[in-house]
Amino acid sequence: MTTLTKQTLSHLDWLEAEAIHIMREVAGQCERPVLLFSGGKDSVCMLRVAEKAFRPGKFPFPLMHIDTGHNYQEVIDFRDKRAAELGERLIVRSLADSMKRGTVVLKSPDEPRNKHQSVTLLEAIAEFEFDCCIGGARRDEEKARAKERVMSFRDEFGQWDPKNQRPELWNLYNARTHRGENIRAFPISNWTEMDVWQYIEREKLELPSIYFAHHRPIVRRSGSIVPVTSVTPARSGEEIVDMLVRFRTVGDITCTAPVESDADTVSKIVLETATTTITERGATRLDDQTSDASMEQRKKEGYF
Amino acid sequence: MTCGSVDDGKSTLIGRLLFDTKTILADTLTQIEKTSKKRGMAAVDLSLLTDGLQAEREQGITIDVAYRYFSTGTRKYIIADAPGHEQYTRNMVTAASTANLAIILVDARKGVLTQTRRHSYLAHLVGIPHRVVAINKMDLVDYSQETFDRICGEYRAFAEKMGLIPEGGDLRFIPMSALNGDNIVDRTEAMSWYKGPTLLEVLEAAPPAHTEHAEPFRFPVQFVCRPQDSANPDLHDYRGFMGRVESGSIKVGDEVTVLPSGRTSRIKAVELGGEPIAEGITEQSLTLLLEDEVDISRGDMIVKSAEVPEARKEIEAMICWLSETPLSPARTYSIRHTTRTSKAKLNGIAYRMDVNSLERGDATQLAMNDIARVNLKLAQPVFADPYTRNRATGAFIVIDDSTNNTVGAGMIL
Repeated sequence: MTTLTKQTLSHLDWLEAEAIHIMREVAGQCERPVLLFSGGKDSVCMLRVAEKAFRPGKFPFPLMHIDTGHNYQEVIDFRDKRAAELGERLIVRSLADSMKRGTVVLKSPDEPRNKHQSVTLLEAIAEFEFDCCIGGARRDEEKARAKERVMSFRDEFGQWDPKNQRPELWNLYNARTHRGENIRAFPISNWTEMDVWQYIEREKLELPSIYFAHHRPIVRRSGSIVPVTSVTPARSGEEIVDMLVRFRTVGDITCTAPVESDADTVSKIVLETATTTITERGATRLDDQTSDASMEQRKKEGYF
Repeated sequence: MTCGSVDDGKSTLIGRLLFDTKTILADTLTQIEKTSKKRGMAAVDLSLLTDGLQAEREQGITIDVAYRYFSTGTRKYIIADAPGHEQYTRNMVTAASTANLAIILVDARKGVLTQTRRHSYLAHLVGIPHRVVAINKMDLVDYSQETFDRICGEYRAFAEKMGLIPEGGDLRFIPMSALNGDNIVDRTEAMSWYKGPTLLEVLEAAPPAHTEHAEPFRFPVQFVCRPQDSANPDLHDYRGFMGRVESGSIKVGDEVTVLPSGRTSRIKAVELGGEPIAEGITEQSLTLLLEDEVDISRGDMIVKSAEVPEARKEIEAMICWLSETPLSPARTYSIRHTTRTSKAKLNGIAYRMDVNSLERGDATQLAMNDIARVNLKLAQPVFADPYTRNRATGAFIVIDDSTNNTVGAGMIL
């Protein structure tokens, strides 16, 4: 009866099985979880994992997007379309509302809004009494993320305490919280950028068009490629050029830069990812470069 | 998992593995070159690659586990970079709990130290089946074969005496210099006397988890799928039991028993992502459907009827205490075993293990980082296998109901 297993799972199957297990633990342990869905590639993978975890049933959580108001329209359209196709409830909460309430105060109108998302997120958590937010963060993205648990405890101020994390052993995740506290659950913690693209390829997942090579007006600014948009206009003296680019990450317009690329299909992107010499965030995130500890700092303040 | 302290060259070793497998990208290299210069170092310091949190940089130590990723083309690896200091024993146990191979670093100039003993004991306790003793900094002992042989001998003697040789005996010794890259990925002239495999060759050859011993089928139920309100009438009677195959395999038609009820049925369908498959294997997250209507909820376990585990309301276990608040014999705790929760109370502590001398001593309570053999009384039974035979059904965590914190890690004997 008891037989020796000779088959093992491929790495993508293994990562998928682990992610499904984590989502089901959230569903089994938490009363009011929510899945954060931005329309970005990682959260697109998460939706596929959720389908595999819960179909033919409905997802045991709604989807939610924290909109900074500075998102590419293609991504917003894709977000709405994808939620509708799945027949799942999508909640959108926007930074603009927090600004109206006076809980987000920008230093200047063109200040990057990424870090202020934390405020709107915490307000939405309070509004819906969410006890767990499922997010698509990966440990390979950044060194503060490399230290984070799969189920990461946040106190009632949404703070992460990196020096005193809840121990997490085997696959015995502990998502218990008191009222007002919450868990951030990261089912694809162990995926790398390459795994994400290979999964998108294997599962034939649709993505917002800006992930693929397209022509875009840009300027070069201190080593980065900065897209020229209504919220990120060219500065005087900068030369606007048309470049074939794609986005490796998609976030707030003011802090996400594209890379020069002619990869217009998923398989070309997989190839490019295998041979790139620049890290995902290094190339594309203008907000992580301010100091060695930017992400750690933001996470302590309730950021994802 | 890598264990050792910064002084042993652990960060340099990991940096070297990442660097030599070309995992480090240009912008990261530029950044550590900059930092190396800023700190007045002559060469690029590869250990900066594993630099972590602000507090860790301030103190120059590793506090918590960091996970890093690399691949070789044939395999993908997750390195759990574990802290080596005694006050972070609990974090090392955390890292060890999911590891399949442990790299235990030894400084060739110092030989087997107290911390080597502690790391070896913990790797053994947590059941890591493959262990590599990496004798590092060989460049500082003139690549002496004699020194290497002496340390191997010392280590073997202590490991045998303490019963720390892994089952199957997969214990290897590799002389290396992480700083210069000797025997990490490539063999070098410096130690032509060493004929064994390099570290990466050992990693590449290690058998994957769950392939070395026959294991019974264990399926803890995480979630029950009942889409009765669906528009599709075919689904009105659908009852899917969702979980992960922790060990063994399952096919349509297999006779199964549901615990704790003891009800039996047969497997009607095995589904993966909503699609039927013929057989489910270890580590797959599946949905099982049964022939008969059986009341099953989260915390129950589906097993094959011919290999039912024992129900235990009292467990003997090795426990590692993780909390600053000591284990109190007077209090009631919760334990989580697979997806099942039970109340638990301490019956007694048989002994406390001194992780440095590996001697047993008496104890009436347990403080943070203590490891002890305990007896627990449970309010509801758990269906357990001995940890040494099955990590998934032999492990449990202890939860403090007042804080909800995970305060203990247990391995059932």
